[in-house]
Amino acid sequence: MVTADQVWEVLAEIPDPEIPVISLVDLGVVKGVAVDNGTVRVDFTPTFMGCPALEVMQRAMEEKIAELGAVPEVRVRLDDSWSTDDITAEGREKLRVAGFAPPTPRPAGRIELVQLQRGFRCPYCGSTDTKLENLFGPTPCRSIRYCESCRQPFEQFKTI
Amino acid sequence: MSDRTDLLLAFADDELILGWRNSEWTGIAPFLEEDVAFSSIAQNEIGHARALYELAAAELGTTADELAFDRKPEEYRSAPLVELRRLEWARTIARHWLYETADEIRLAALKASDDQEIAGLASKIDREEAYHRMHAEMWIDRLLATDEGHMRLDEAVGELWPYALGVLDEELRPELKARAQERLGRALPDVEAKPRGVHEAELTELWEEMTSVRRSAPPGAQW
Repeated sequence: MVTADQVWEVLAEIPDPEIPVISLVDLGVVKGVAVDNGTVRVDFTPTFMGCPALEVMQRAMEEKIAELGAVPEVRVRLDDSWSTDDITAEGREKLRVAGFAPPTPRPAGRIELVQLQRGFRCPYCGSTDTKLENLFGPTPCRSIRYCESCRQPFEQFKTI
Repeated sequence: MSDRTDLLLAFADDELILGWRNSEWTGIAPFLEEDVAFSSIAQNEIGHARALYELAAAELGTTADELAFDRKPEEYRSAPLVELRRLEWARTIARHWLYETADEIRLAALKASDDQEIAGLASKIDREEAYHRMHAEMWIDRLLATDEGHMRLDEAVGELWPYALGVLDEELRPELKARAQERLGRALPDVEAKPRGVHEAELTELWEEMTSVRRSAPPGAQW
């Protein structure tokens, strides 16, 4: 008989398809695991809604659960239950090591442009002398910044 | 069709069609950052459309893909603002700002809805849209900073104003007008809004292109 802990364990082995240094569990997108007889139901949320990796994530979870000998039922939740605040501390550190500035905590009010412009730490040299190059980047979840100190461009996870 | 489905389809169609229009800058925007920005915004809008179509599809007993691609052009509920093909930068930025501002007003109303599914989805969409608004605001600052930019923006806003009003239900239009007048520093006339469902000729061209692959496939093809 499969347990929920076993399911969480195998889900933690699935890398994000676009940023493979971090797992789906580190990302915080798995919102619930329920085991009922031989069926395992997983609720998860997209990070950004236009993320093309959604189906890939869904299939990877279904495969892992099937390998445990259970029947997978993976559901996408279309609500507001995920934010970048749900990325685990471990996940943030993995992002930083891989050269992504992790998202800053979500402010109580609106995310103003000024927050995107100041004080972000360069993941390479640690300087905060960095500037926003582009709000948008190679995937919906990333912005592009430039470090004036070590002269490296780097990617920053958007706060949402 | 229920009012709820009608609302979902109108919103989804706006996002799909505008996403398509934004993607027309992919590869040919004035500089690389804008190429990336409009491509990324397009991807977000189409993602929002997909989620909205899914809610509508659950009610109608169909699928998101069928709603997005298998209707006839005249069945779309999009606002004429998003249908226009305007590959000219001042008009692109004017439409971008007008749409994102109208969309913020619409989302605020939907987030307050008693319908938990709609309110939850609207909240999630709104968080992503915050980045589109920041991007649009940056460009308004940039255009307003020079005489030529200001003049071109003014001209584009004047042309698009009746279309912008048509994005919103009547009771939400005064807010759009107040915000636009304040931000753009100009008076905007009380004009007849371009209504939803009366389509621009450009929509048919867009539809032909958007659905061509799907229409060329045999029935029941798996994607």
